[in-house]
Amino acid sequence: MSRIKQARMIQTIAVTVTGAAALFVVSAALFLLAYIAVRGAPAISWEFLTDVPSGQMKEGGILPAIVGTLALTAATAAFSLPIGVAAGIYLSEYAPRGKSTRVIRLAISNMAGVPSIVYGLFGLALFVILLDFGKSILAGALTLACLTLPVIITATEEALRQIPSDLRQASLALGATRWRTIYRIVLPAAAPGIVTGSILGLSRAAGETAPILFTAAVYYKRQMPDSIFSDVMALPYHIYILATQVTGRPDDIIWGTAFVLVGGVTAISVAAAAWRSTQRRKVRW
Amino acid sequence: MVTGSAPTDKGSFTLEDVSVTYGSETAIAGVSMEIAPTAVTALIGPSGCGKSTLLRCLNRMNDELGNARVGGTILLDGIDIYTSDYDPVELRTKVGQVFQKPNPFPMSIYDNVAYGPRTQGIRRRTELDDVVERSLRRSALWGEVKKDLKKHAFELSGGQQQRLCIARALATEPEVVLMDEPASSLDPISTQQIEDTIAELKAHVTIVIVTHNMQQAARISDQTAFMLRESMDHPAFLVEMGETRTMFTNPGDTRTEAYITGRFG
Repeated sequence: MSRIKQARMIQTIAVTVTGAAALFVVSAALFLLAYIAVRGAPAISWEFLTDVPSGQMKEGGILPAIVGTLALTAATAAFSLPIGVAAGIYLSEYAPRGKSTRVIRLAISNMAGVPSIVYGLFGLALFVILLDFGKSILAGALTLACLTLPVIITATEEALRQIPSDLRQASLALGATRWRTIYRIVLPAAAPGIVTGSILGLSRAAGETAPILFTAAVYYKRQMPDSIFSDVMALPYHIYILATQVTGRPDDIIWGTAFVLVGGVTAISVAAAAWRSTQRRKVRW
Repeated sequence: MVTGSAPTDKGSFTLEDVSVTYGSETAIAGVSMEIAPTAVTALIGPSGCGKSTLLRCLNRMNDELGNARVGGTILLDGIDIYTSDYDPVELRTKVGQVFQKPNPFPMSIYDNVAYGPRTQGIRRRTELDDVVERSLRRSALWGEVKKDLKKHAFELSGGQQQRLCIARALATEPEVVLMDEPASSLDPISTQQIEDTIAELKAHVTIVIVTHNMQQAARISDQTAFMLRESMDHPAFLVEMGETRTMFTNPGDTRTEAYITGRFG
């Protein structure tokens, strides 16, 4: 076989192998979403979305779990967004290049590597017992915030780094302070990236079970939460309970719950992507 | 027509034995010069000879680069700008800068020009309107953009963007405008427009311009300073400085003559 023929064959193989891998990923994602939709859709009804569970969890709806997950995610955002974005700004814009900054970065990547069940135990020890928040939205959201922080910090830092240093210099050269430069020029330009990364992190938090197992989630509760010290039902924990603890339940309520969780998270991601694309059209370098 | 502020003799620099050190490397050393007010001073020399570094000393932008240290004395209108109680943020409202690549902010034309005045706390709409119009007129962009000041700055051509950046620098009413190869990324017609703008501006402000283009330096500047770095082991220095006409027709140093006639660099 000639050299050229051989090179062409290797090229064909490379395209096929990498293409197949990409196709596999896309099909896996589509299959997963489609399967959840097909299995879950029959369970969805007005009653399912607005009623409390009944008949030993086999009937009724999942409203308390929807409300619980919304509350947990909102509280997680309230804790992790300000701290995460601020830390990302510090690392990208202020931190001196040196040993202490390397230590901070190492700490953040270690935080991202800790298994979520370990965060659950940590949350139980620190927030539930030591700080005496009890099993509550507060304790659960603080635990989820620990899990989400590294994602938000990293996303913020990367989004800020993509802003050309030319813009910072132009602002400084006009007599703006560093903070004004960040606040008026750099942050608005980086906002699309920060929002995308943060939503990714918060979606992850909304679907986590292990961190809220000991810190926030309860098996069954009819009442809606009335303060951040209430414990709550949550969608991922409810799926776990239905799948392992409730005998004789119809399968479609598990898939219905999964469909609500995945549907909600996907809807927010799509909305964020749509917003981002309107921003990108305005900002190009 | 130029509707700038009244001519002043403000905006003169005196440099005495100025040096810049990055970490352990001395980039430029022993530079002493007088930069005349309301005139154009060109800094010329081969790449890497410290022209831009010297330029950034004049508005203390080197401060922002972390490990740069500036030695010697730099006086603006007789006042040392490197004393610890001299605020670099305030200095930069008196000494504006235009960069090599047009770098408008990702916002409207109006907001770009109004950024400096707003930073200084000017909020009144009529006042801002005045500053924006005056600055855009001075940078010769007003006629092209007056109908859509709300347009995003990125929709302008490269040359228009650079004149917008000049207007933005003028909006804080600086005494001095530093220009770091402001036309090097532009086409000949845009370059011509920038040069015309500079010629009109110098009646009211001091301009210090770094350029690689010898013809440009000869056309637009009143004074020329020639800098050189003969090897990486030695810092760059000022070879000579003088009236542009003299520098280009009868330079005092053979190295200056070799450079401006294109024999190296």
